[in-house]
Amino acid sequence: MARSLFEEKLSSKDFLVTTEVGPPKGADTAEMVHHIDMLKDRVDAINITDHQSSVMRFPSLGGCLLVKERGGEPILQITCRDRNRLAIQADLLFAFSRGINNVLCLTGDSIDVGDHKEAKPVFDLDSVQLLRLARSLEAGKDMGGNDLKGTPQFCLGASVHPEADFIEPQLIKFQKKVAAGAQFFQTQGIFDIASLRRFMQYASQFAVKILAGIIVLASARMARYMNENVPGIIVPQHIIDELAGVEKGKGLQKGIEIAARLIKTIKEENICHGVHIMAVGNEKIVPELLQAA
Amino acid sequence: MIVAEQKPIGEIRQLIAPYSKVLLLGCGTCMTVCGAGGEREVSFLRDALRVAEARSGDMRHDFLEYTVKRQCDFEFLDVVAEKIPEVDAILSLGCGVGVQAVAERFPYIPVLPGVNTSFIGLAKEWGVWDERCAACGDCRLAETAGICPITRCTKGILNGPCAGTKNGKCEANKDMDCAWVLIYKRLEALHQLDKMYRYYPPRNFRVIPRPRRIVRKVDVKVGEGNG
Repeated sequence: MARSLFEEKLSSKDFLVTTEVGPPKGADTAEMVHHIDMLKDRVDAINITDHQSSVMRFPSLGGCLLVKERGGEPILQITCRDRNRLAIQADLLFAFSRGINNVLCLTGDSIDVGDHKEAKPVFDLDSVQLLRLARSLEAGKDMGGNDLKGTPQFCLGASVHPEADFIEPQLIKFQKKVAAGAQFFQTQGIFDIASLRRFMQYASQFAVKILAGIIVLASARMARYMNENVPGIIVPQHIIDELAGVEKGKGLQKGIEIAARLIKTIKEENICHGVHIMAVGNEKIVPELLQAA
Repeated sequence: MIVAEQKPIGEIRQLIAPYSKVLLLGCGTCMTVCGAGGEREVSFLRDALRVAEARSGDMRHDFLEYTVKRQCDFEFLDVVAEKIPEVDAILSLGCGVGVQAVAERFPYIPVLPGVNTSFIGLAKEWGVWDERCAACGDCRLAETAGICPITRCTKGILNGPCAGTKNGKCEANKDMDCAWVLIYKRLEALHQLDKMYRYYPPRNFRVIPRPRRIVRKVDVKVGEGNG
């Protein structure tokens, strides 16, 4: 039996679409709920980010509970940056107990890129160890080797960076994540179909589903900023030029067009198993993007 | 060696403000090599404090200077004992260990830190020191081609690079090499890339219950190469 609705879809031949919703900075969840309502029936699952870019926000677990409440399918993003192994295990048990079974296991961005630069970075575990930990909980043991009363079941995902400028060690790590139990991958932002194709030539030997990360850029300025400041993002010059070429105020429209073009190509040429749309603060345009793609 | 930076003169002046006779105590080992608190720095610091006090018109401090071979060994502190009655505080330019050793050896006099102890590292080039060891108590350098991911990766992760590495540099600092890129390249050169594929389990933090203590299991005779 599938461990979640999303896992069921993973085992189908469908082209999968996931997206992410970033929780608010503060206790007002109205906008997040609005985004969840807008997206829940248009995508296969909604990721809730975990203090994305190390910026303190409403928790990913809380966001996932809201997705459940609104009748959507959540993917819980868990990073190792802010919790040690006790806290992570507790969060996983709690998530499972509330029907949150899809978990994206991440190491997490560095504290230095965020808004609490003086905080203590935890990193008791890394993403590979986190995947193994989740699988060991399923086997009925905690990390201390103690028996659990009631065992969780997870559908586990991880991330990979097909456009990294030095790809070999990233591919080795990808392989370690597969061995650790990852069933699906949501990639870092893809801008170049050729590199995604190259990556898939390698990745297709593994029985995992690959969802290409699609970032919706709103302007050339945003693209340059992300290149400078956001870990793991490399927007190529031709995309920046394309964004810079439009008149003022039309940047986001161009960004949607670029993203739609990428999704269309991936889908039509059957390059990988789906897409993961990251609208970074522009969640409201995702329905339009899906329409356009 | 241990690498430190001298505290700003303003902070040092605040630390010594309650006292009038202060012993500026240098350390002849690591602090001399890293230029934070050797004999030379003690002398410079005294001059700097003198100038600062003259400018502010408040020349109330008397300074004594002395530099021991190393502050972190009680036996080298014996020579300081005779100076204690002459002063009412010690500003130690030793590392954090030196400051505490001096405090432990002389229980009845305040000991103040004159440096910020930073890390265990090496002199990369003249005037540049780089951290190399986190003293984690569980050395795995054999597995990582002699490059420490715990120290040199900002996240200290053990199973390969994160996705934030760009141009071989770290997401936390564009001037800092990505430890895992260095490790990969050196393992490749050593024909040991199989080590990149191995799973490394989570660290055992139990090997470092603070504070740590090592008790040697063999006798060490006085004067036989341990001085």
